Amino acid sequence: MALLSKKDANLILDPLADNNPITIQVLGICSALAITAELKASVVMALSVLFVLGVGNVVISLLRNVIPSKIRIIVQLIVVATLVIVVDQVLKAFAYELSKTLAVFVGLIITNCIIMGRFEAFALGNGPWKSFLDGIGNALGYGVILIIVGFFRELLGSGTLFGIPVLGDPIRKTGLYATGYENNGFMIIPPAALIVVGIIIWVQRSRNKALIEEA
Amino acid sequence: MLEHLELFFKSIFIDNMVFAVFLGMCSYLAVSKKVSTAVGLGAAVIFVLAVTVPLNWLLDQYLLRDGALVWLGPEYADYNLSFLSFILFIATIATMVQLVEIVVEKFSPALYNSLGIFLPLIAVNCAILGGSLFMQAREIPSLGLAFNYGVSSGIGWFLAILAIAAIREKIRYSNVPAPLRGLGITFIITGLMGIGFQSFGGMLTGDNEPPEEGENTTVESIEEKQINKEIEAEEKAVSYNDVVNK
Repeated sequence: MALLSKKDANLILDPLADNNPITIQVLGICSALAITAELKASVVMALSVLFVLGVGNVVISLLRNVIPSKIRIIVQLIVVATLVIVVDQVLKAFAYELSKTLAVFVGLIITNCIIMGRFEAFALGNGPWKSFLDGIGNALGYGVILIIVGFFRELLGSGTLFGIPVLGDPIRKTGLYATGYENNGFMIIPPAALIVVGIIIWVQRSRNKALIEEA
Repeated sequence: MLEHLELFFKSIFIDNMVFAVFLGMCSYLAVSKKVSTAVGLGAAVIFVLAVTVPLNWLLDQYLLRDGALVWLGPEYADYNLSFLSFILFIATIATMVQLVEIVVEKFSPALYNSLGIFLPLIAVNCAILGGSLFMQAREIPSLGLAFNYGVSSGIGWFLAILAIAAIREKIRYSNVPAPLRGLGITFIITGLMGIGFQSFGGMLTGDNEPPEEGENTTVESIEEKQINKEIEAEEKAVSYNDVVNK
């Protein structure tokens, strides 16, 4: 990346793997799990968080010298809530069906710990451009996990991707279903998301031993 | 009375905050290493939910929902301020948490010392805002039910964090594969507990999925019939054996 210095590039690339907000920092799990039964909802959720975190980080970073530290939580909440209202109204206007699926989870972006966590840990101590990159990086790291989970849950649970059947027709027994394959209904129910994330953590930490926690 | 009881059990077991809708997962994972701290946070969550859900219900009823401003006069009947609900709900929650913190510190220093550190954490706990948003989405009809909903979903969250803290205290002595240690195994255990909690879904004959419910009952009744037949057959065999023995 010639556009960014090496340090700046690391701000984006680090959260994608070794400092991932979900699997390493344990932030933003709440909304990540509930909406991942479909890939489409996961992508929209990832984009919404990308917008809120990118813009929010810049705003907080610009205000960082004027916010009294005692009431900073409330100020941060107000900034996030405003951005989330924008996202919610846009979704309702242009993707009404999808906003019904996401329901209250759009609102819950406000209390997504990833956002407050990055405000507290990064935006309050760094300039706007760096904060912007940090926000984008963390939101992408969050989105990657969301999309992986959504991909597996929709593929194994319903045999579709973005609502398009990819494994054949389960009723007329075409494609893969002709060989006796069945959809795994287990992947649709909420707890499956937890187990899929658990497996992602397992795979990631097996590949990078430095991330293993002390017992 | 019956609707109160139904909502109470439904919010604790069927729509459990942690296992069914994954709310408050961040603090659930972060503060569940020891039972004693988990109890403190759980109690604080019940308390704050019990205060904020009815308060936000009043806000929703008299300020935010479509036509809610009609009490100001007939010319205000067309206003729909529900797009403001996120910002008002979170503002209420943040101020209430601050207020509760100040009041508790003043009047009960002992309680403040046990809850104190958790109270600021709670303002950004998704379970709290989630409680208010679900209250709005499910259109809970009365103030009493809203209070009930707040308390019972708080209790559900409390039970969940208590259970996982107890399990995590014990699992320290188990030989977990190294990459799964800590976070990974906690996720998988929570998933398994969630599957367990799914079985509460049949506790109330819910009106959510009537066709599925019907199928299940027929399957169950068939199975029951078969079991009854088997039991009868066994009884016959036993009595036959008795006769033979005699």
